[in-house]
Amino acid sequence: MTLASLIDTPSELTDSASSKTAIVLMTRIRLARNLAGHAFPGWADKTERASIVETCRQALAGTTQMKRGLSVGIEEIGELERQILVERHLISRELSGAKDSAGVVISRDQAFSVMINEEDHLRIQVLRAGFQLKKAWSAINDFDNALESTLDYAFSPTLGYLTACPTNLGTGLRGSAMMHLPGLVLSNQMEKIVRAVNQLGMVVRGLFGEGSDASGSIFQISNQTTLGESEEDIIKRLQAVLQSIIDHEVNAREKLLETDGSKLFDKIGRAFGILQNSHLLTSSEAMNLLSLVRLGVDLGMFAEDRRAVVDRLFIEAQPGHLQHAQKGSFEPEQRDRLRASRLRHEFSTFNRPDFDNVGKN
Amino acid sequence: MASSLKCEICGKPATVHLTQIVNNKVYKVDLCEACAKAKGVTDPSGFSLADLLVKAALQPEAAAPTAGTRCPDCGFTALDFKKHGRFGCPSCYETFKEMVNPMLENMHKGVAHVGKVPHSALSRQSVHDRIAKLETELAEAIKTERYEDAARFRDEIAQVKKDASAAATTP
Ligand SMILES: [Zn+2]
Ligand SMILES: [Zn+2]
Repeated sequence: MTLASLIDTPSELTDSASSKTAIVLMTRIRLARNLAGHAFPGWADKTERASIVETCRQALAGTTQMKRGLSVGIEEIGELERQILVERHLISRELSGAKDSAGVVISRDQAFSVMINEEDHLRIQVLRAGFQLKKAWSAINDFDNALESTLDYAFSPTLGYLTACPTNLGTGLRGSAMMHLPGLVLSNQMEKIVRAVNQLGMVVRGLFGEGSDASGSIFQISNQTTLGESEEDIIKRLQAVLQSIIDHEVNAREKLLETDGSKLFDKIGRAFGILQNSHLLTSSEAMNLLSLVRLGVDLGMFAEDRRAVVDRLFIEAQPGHLQHAQKGSFEPEQRDRLRASRLRHEFSTFNRPDFDNVGKN
Repeated sequence: MASSLKCEICGKPATVHLTQIVNNKVYKVDLCEACAKAKGVTDPSGFSLADLLVKAALQPEAAAPTAGTRCPDCGFTALDFKKHGRFGCPSCYETFKEMVNPMLENMHKGVAHVGKVPHSALSRQSVHDRIAKLETELAEAIKTERYEDAARFRDEIAQVKKDASAAATTP
């Protein structure tokens, strides 16, 4: 598979999530792994790093998961393409800044991706649309086993998988979910949630922005600690925390409808109006408007199948995707114009919100 | 007061303030915009507050690292760790265990690994280690003209190699 064809194929994330798990947009697990007998990427010299890339790319090419996938050195990826891969969560911003002696291998369906020589020799990742922690773990566990049959991982019986940073020791596992929490944001409960979740050893981060007022009301929740607990226990604990956040979000939405229904309807109605008619939209404003329409879908104001469209636009309204679609490089202000035009076009086919349908499903 | 907070990495005025609670301990980190960005704090796809936590974890310990020790495998020193928040190679964990182990208590749920074990990689490594050891003994035996011992070591090496390849081909 070539880089160009991968970029022109929509990512795993844009799969429509079923309404039951709509609050979780995506589940992701990553494992940090290193090769025994080699310096970590940040300390190894260029020759050693290049040989690590070779070894890892060879091992990855032999796995069924990466069959007919994409395998490239970082120097083969252009700047815009790197940005697109970041926006799709397939590589990190850190890797996208690498000059050489690093690489990425991505499966055909973009569900698996492996960064080579990021902070660790291998950062193995699996992405699943919706709330799929257990399935994601079983998929990445099999993939890791396949790699281990040819790669000699650095491992200590007491400290587990050895990683460049001691915060990743042990399982090297970071599980996370991208959650859409407009109810908690609108009812000013996000700060409280962040604190409670922190206390349970989990981390909350805004996906587009920081802290409790992230734009789009999209947050990423992940486990903080990796050592002293088995993979299954980490997954179980994270699963329980996520489920409780889902419950809180559902409650917050019900309460908002009960106490402040017209305010909520007004916000969603206005968001729809702006998306259909505006001519300049920043990325952050677009995220917030899309987020409100997505909430409208959950509440029954728009057809269920519209959710997938919104989820796709969350990614396609990002600067990299926008520039790629328009085949050119643009100044931020031109991008805002292009973004508005793109969204006007997409929303021209949307039916008006049906406010009377709320609570009827 | 709040405006006088300085970035913990470069010393410029801090605009990003993070609070993390790990195992009931509070860690506060203040950063400037640029360092926050460089450390991936604003990176939507990154996961790690790793760097910051390492720095925070080092402070309460105040484990003044002795500059003397160097990792025999990669040349890394404790000061390098203080600077980068990352180690040089897997052996560093053995070299600097006195510095690392107290940090782990603050950082993780436990200090011992209870998760997955890479069995096939480990068995390959132990075979590799055994052969290396036998080869040293073989060379030593030849040097000191103990030919009977040498023959025995040679047979043993052949046997270990044979067992390993048999184990590798049976599923
Ligand atoms: Zn700074
Ligand atoms: Zn070392």
